[in-house]
Amino acid sequence: MKSEARTTGPGRLLVAVYAVFALSASARAGVQIVTKFGDAPLAYLLSALSAAVYVVATVALARPGDTARRVALVACTVELVGVLGVGAFTTLDPGDFPEDTVWSLFGRGYGFVPLVLPVLGLLWLWHTRRKEATHNG
Amino acid sequence: MISAVNYVVIAASLAYAAWALLAVVTNRPPREPYVIGAGVVELLIVIMTVVAVVMMIVDGSPDETVTFVGYLFMILVILPLALFWALAEKSRWGTSVLVVAALVVPVLVVRLEQIWEGAPA
Repeated sequence: MKSEARTTGPGRLLVAVYAVFALSASARAGVQIVTKFGDAPLAYLLSALSAAVYVVATVALARPGDTARRVALVACTVELVGVLGVGAFTTLDPGDFPEDTVWSLFGRGYGFVPLVLPVLGLLWLWHTRRKEATHNG
Repeated sequence: MISAVNYVVIAASLAYAAWALLAVVTNRPPREPYVIGAGVVELLIVIMTVVAVVMMIVDGSPDETVTFVGYLFMILVILPLALFWALAEKSRWGTSVLVVAALVVPVLVVRLEQIWEGAPA
């Protein structure tokens, strides 16, 4: 039962919050791209990218196995880099970038949850890695 | 779209979230009463959705129809999905999933109202 520690306990809650973001980011990106892609292609592609990262992270966190763990690790890292990068960019140069992604202004429009989530994800992966290693002997 | 049933949904989901949060604090898994509670909130959401659809037909759709329908879809599926995910975890963390889902519901109701009023996202 080596990898199961990841989806039990607090991991259950983490995956649920990730799923909410995966769902809402996907829906938002989908609507933006279908209805008004020409308005701000870069911002909307970024929306789509963030949605994809959330979907991948949700699935990877919810699945057992070492491959899923590595994928989750990459997804959470990309997510953290994304929210920090886009957050910094939109804070420094707000005029040039429509505030239309989950990561704009460090996720302010979503109560800064997008900023906290990748940190929690990485902490959780680290925490369960040690636990799983202990179970393995 | 601003109808009494919206406020009932907001009040019911917040009350449910508080109740489930109490269960998390006192270390209780998501047992039957919490499933029934979620069912009651879901029933209210279904009624709200029917009212919204009827109002769309009678009064005409809001400007961002696609977004509006997307939110309606989300608010309909979130509690069933949360139950599915929560019930497999027989600990307080299963119940915590229900708290999160119940707290997303009022946010979605407010967003639905904003879109209906034509407020900018």
